[in-house]
Amino acid sequence: MPRWTMAIDLDKCLGCQACTVACRMENNTPIAGPEQAAKGRAMLWNEVIPSSDGEYPNVTARYIPRPCMHCDDALCVKVCPVKATYRNEEGTVLVDYDRCIGCRFCTVACPYAARYFNWHEPYYPETLKAHLNPDVAIRPKGVVEKCTFCVHRLRKAREQAAAEGRVFQASDYVPACVETCTGRARYFGDLDDPASLVSQLLKSPRAFHLLEELGTHPKVFYLREG
Amino acid sequence: MSRIEQTVFAPLRTTGKSFWVLFTILAALTGWGVFAYIYQLSDGLGVTGLSRPVYWGIYLTNFVFFIGISHAGTLISAILRVTQANWRRSITRIAEAVTVFALCVGGLQILIDMGRPERALNVILYGRYQSPFLWDFTCISIYLFSSITYLYLPMLPDLARLRDKFDGAGWRKWLYTTLALGWKGNYEQHHRLEKAIAILAIAIIPIAVSVHTVVSWIFGMTLQPMWHSTILGPYFVVGAIFSGIATLFLAMALMRKVMHLEEWLTEKQFNYLGLLLLVMSVLWTYFTLSEYVTTFYGALADEMPVANAKIFGEFNWAFWTMVLFNGILPFVILIRRSGRTVMGTVIASIFIDIGMWLERFTIVAPSLTRPRLSQWAIYQPTWVEASITIGSLAMFALLFVVFFKLFPSLAIWEVEEGVEIEERRKLAEKIRLEDLRAASGVASGE
Ligand code: SF4
Ligand code: SF4
Repeated sequence: MPRWTMAIDLDKCLGCQACTVACRMENNTPIAGPEQAAKGRAMLWNEVIPSSDGEYPNVTARYIPRPCMHCDDALCVKVCPVKATYRNEEGTVLVDYDRCIGCRFCTVACPYAARYFNWHEPYYPETLKAHLNPDVAIRPKGVVEKCTFCVHRLRKAREQAAAEGRVFQASDYVPACVETCTGRARYFGDLDDPASLVSQLLKSPRAFHLLEELGTHPKVFYLREG
Repeated sequence: MSRIEQTVFAPLRTTGKSFWVLFTILAALTGWGVFAYIYQLSDGLGVTGLSRPVYWGIYLTNFVFFIGISHAGTLISAILRVTQANWRRSITRIAEAVTVFALCVGGLQILIDMGRPERALNVILYGRYQSPFLWDFTCISIYLFSSITYLYLPMLPDLARLRDKFDGAGWRKWLYTTLALGWKGNYEQHHRLEKAIAILAIAIIPIAVSVHTVVSWIFGMTLQPMWHSTILGPYFVVGAIFSGIATLFLAMALMRKVMHLEEWLTEKQFNYLGLLLLVMSVLWTYFTLSEYVTTFYGALADEMPVANAKIFGEFNWAFWTMVLFNGILPFVILIRRSGRTVMGTVIASIFIDIGMWLERFTIVAPSLTRPRLSQWAIYQPTWVEASITIGSLAMFALLFVVFFKLFPSLAIWEVEEGVEIEERRKLAEKIRLEDLRAASGVASGE
């Protein structure tokens, strides 16, 4: 059974936010609009967070792209009262939109603030409507959503492999953000395969997890600027 | 009819104009809250001031506040029953009613806060006990059920009296007859009732403690800064009893005035309960101090922004008002005997209820505005949240008022029993003194 993992090399990340846009187009993330966004309701499954260390003039600025970490010990999964948020056999954390009661316990529990709530009925401008991805369900008002590691792509890749009569390979599947990344800063693969690139990268001394000290065991990891 | 019966039954018989005025005001406010909720339901939770990452706000504050208030009643009257405090007899009914209605309105807040309230049944269908939400659901349900029983059982003998003596006809008569369950008041029945009440009184204490402990664990079980703290459970329980007694005072003072119960709700009750309130105030201060001293001394990078937001930042008005209203003013008022009067306790209680609501608010909101990752946020509640809060308060009062328009405000039989016990005690004392005198007479005669 694979365990899907993402690595993000901060040295290569340009902060261009192409991943954010790709994610939005791929996953039909609704548009909040400027007014709602100002209230902190913008939906960015993959947010690029600017962060800085030190004080002027000795400042180091960096960008940290933050998808859902798909934590192995995910607090969102723990607290969900109805098992609407769950971790599937491959370790990916998903939301059942038909079951979620909208209590937002998961959103307050997630230390990465990676979850988003549908405050209103989802809205898409006319120009976007024609480009909605038919593979991804549109979430109704009142439920929680977040990055899925583009799980629909995985399903499709498996079906494709089966149709072509070959064995599914880990390399058949990448999320949209990884495919789009301008700086080629993102890697994706199976952590249970010791030979995979992500497994190798995890051994690098540059590898670290966000908020490692919280013990959530995130599956997304980063490579520190060298 | 005895005097107590006459006094207690009077408001059930006749309804004055002032009742309808009060009823209309409360009903209108409740209706306004309902309107705001319908608006929220049709438009989505976006009409509130909530955002990412401040996903919880006023509704959760209200939830904790009302569930806290519910500890007035049953817990207090249970403890007083178990310890056989005789002066409790005239306040238990009021206290138990506060509990039941506070629980109803408190539970409602969770439904109001849900994005998909129509799926609430999923909690039963797919509920998983790993989630603190389910702990709350279970504990509060059990508490509600036992509180209703606990309100109802001791009312049986009074209902039977109403059945026998209520002169009005119609549905009221029918209501009392049905609810009295064929109570005859013989020895056997009394014996069983006393036993049932005694068992319930003991059982309900751990239930009540569990309720507010798991309410706090909704926050405590997450890793959010200043929520993830072991002190939260007992801190919440103390705060709950504190605000509960304060609300009980307000209810008592109101009923005393409106229903002319001065003879039974005396200065004595206000004095004793006032002492209890004083103790809770001191305990609350102690817990608050412990919480903040450890936070500041440890100075964890995640927690400091939250603590600073509360004490110096945008929440400082709420924080310092809370300290003043919960810790300082009640202490100053209640420490002296002259402060523990009806007037004094009512003033202290108003402060405490406001202070405790603010306390809940400063626990719920600030932690969420200072996330570890992503930008700091501000939380500005909207008119919808304010209206629903006012509506909820009005609804609580409305339920209370309507209930006591239909049911007796004192446990008449218990009060009578208390008087009897008191008289017997006096008699015993008299006999003892006479014996003593006789004995000393004999001694001096020798
Ligand atoms: S990052 Fe947050 S939403 Fe994603 S799995 Fe971890 S706790 Fe859940
Ligand atoms: S908001 Fe939905 S997914 Fe999140 S904890 Fe509640 S029911 Fe579960």
